[in-house]
Amino acid sequence: MTDLATPLGKEILSLRAGDRVTLSGTVYTARDEAHLRMQEEGIPFDPRGAVVYHCGPVVAGDRIVAAGPTTSARMDTLTRFLIDAGVRGIIGKGGMGREVVDLLRGRAVYFAFTGGCAALAASRMRLLGVHYPDLGMAEAVWVIGLDHLPLVVGIDAHGNDLFRKAREEAKAQCQARFHTG
Amino acid sequence: MHRPDDPALVSAIADAVAGALAEAEVTLPPDVEQAIREAHGRERDPVAKGELGNIIENIALAKKGKTLICQDTGIPVVYLTLPPGVPYTSAIGEAVARGVRVATERIPLRPNAVDPCTRKNTGDNTGPGIPAIHVKPGDELTVTVLPKGAGSENVSRIGMLLPTRTKEVAQFVVETVALAGAKPCPPVILGVGIGSTFDGAAALAKEALLLPVDTMDPFERELCDAVNSLGIGPMGLGGDTTALAVKVKKGACHTASLPVAVNVQCWACRRATRVVEGWR
Repeated sequence: MTDLATPLGKEILSLRAGDRVTLSGTVYTARDEAHLRMQEEGIPFDPRGAVVYHCGPVVAGDRIVAAGPTTSARMDTLTRFLIDAGVRGIIGKGGMGREVVDLLRGRAVYFAFTGGCAALAASRMRLLGVHYPDLGMAEAVWVIGLDHLPLVVGIDAHGNDLFRKAREEAKAQCQARFHTG
Repeated sequence: MHRPDDPALVSAIADAVAGALAEAEVTLPPDVEQAIREAHGRERDPVAKGELGNIIENIALAKKGKTLICQDTGIPVVYLTLPPGVPYTSAIGEAVARGVRVATERIPLRPNAVDPCTRKNTGDNTGPGIPAIHVKPGDELTVTVLPKGAGSENVSRIGMLLPTRTKEVAQFVVETVALAGAKPCPPVILGVGIGSTFDGAAALAKEALLLPVDTMDPFERELCDAVNSLGIGPMGLGGDTTALAVKVKKGACHTASLPVAVNVQCWACRRATRVVEGWR
């Protein structure tokens, strides 16, 4: 298990898909609406080495109650400007499209956090601030301090993608079992 | 005949629904937790084992901290059994909806119910047709809640197969999971409805999700093994554990039909039952 901390730098280039890591430091939540706003108005935090978390948390006062990941594929076409600006890590669930896998090459990695594990996530989090509160609780950009959140490198900076591997394996198994093609 | 608009009855049903939701959203049923623990013990892939370990830790943290298992608190699906002498009326339907509104405010739950076309949120997890209420006769007055998340509901499928091709039932089930990949937050539980009508098969599939997952008959076991041979694994990252269980419910059907419905459920198979008391 490798312990990583933000801001991320060149160390991410040595990570490989399937590596289990923990992440500490600052991350920024962003879903669909936040991506659109950032693309239009500029990124409200220093993106260099930053990590974006695809998550719409439940927040009560100054506390994060539940903060599991949302489906990353919805952000496939909204990710380029972040990577170009220096974002080096994305956390989410379900993986991302081929265009993002290519975008990450030599620059960034995609971390998978276990879907549905809202309580586990919240137990490793501290709320530090918020951008765009007008977007509502789920869509705002929450600034969160992480303490050793357990993650898996789902897509590395060399084009390896665990999700694609599993999808292709499932397709091949299905074809072999039912003689379809 | 009991008066179904009796305020004591209406309150008791609303309280039971709110109480069952409070339990389901925080505490996973023991049979589901056990199935996850057993899968964790069997799993050979280190990434998959880690994911299952995270899920087990999450279940324990939610229970201990009395917090939500998952932030997608689902859309409310409610099953009622009504004893002889209690007819199903709009007052009882309204009592169930009241229970959902109370739970939404008190627990609190994420308001998920929206108008299907304008997408405007109703704010309290109720609306036309929601909560979805299914009524059956029974010996006791009971409420069972099954708050259903969207990720797994969205990859559920129904097929009207050729009646001569009963062997394709298994293929339809396995393909449903293969097509779904990581989307439904595997490991999944599959509710399969075979037979009945187009709508009846879907209802059977959802009812199958209420069955305990600690036993499977040989056909269910065969389907579960076939799904697990896909190698999708927890969260679609690969591994031995794609499904925790498959549960099947069957109904008779037209000689020219073979409806098959697969209702996909994420690992957080949240359900709870309350016997409604204190209203007689």
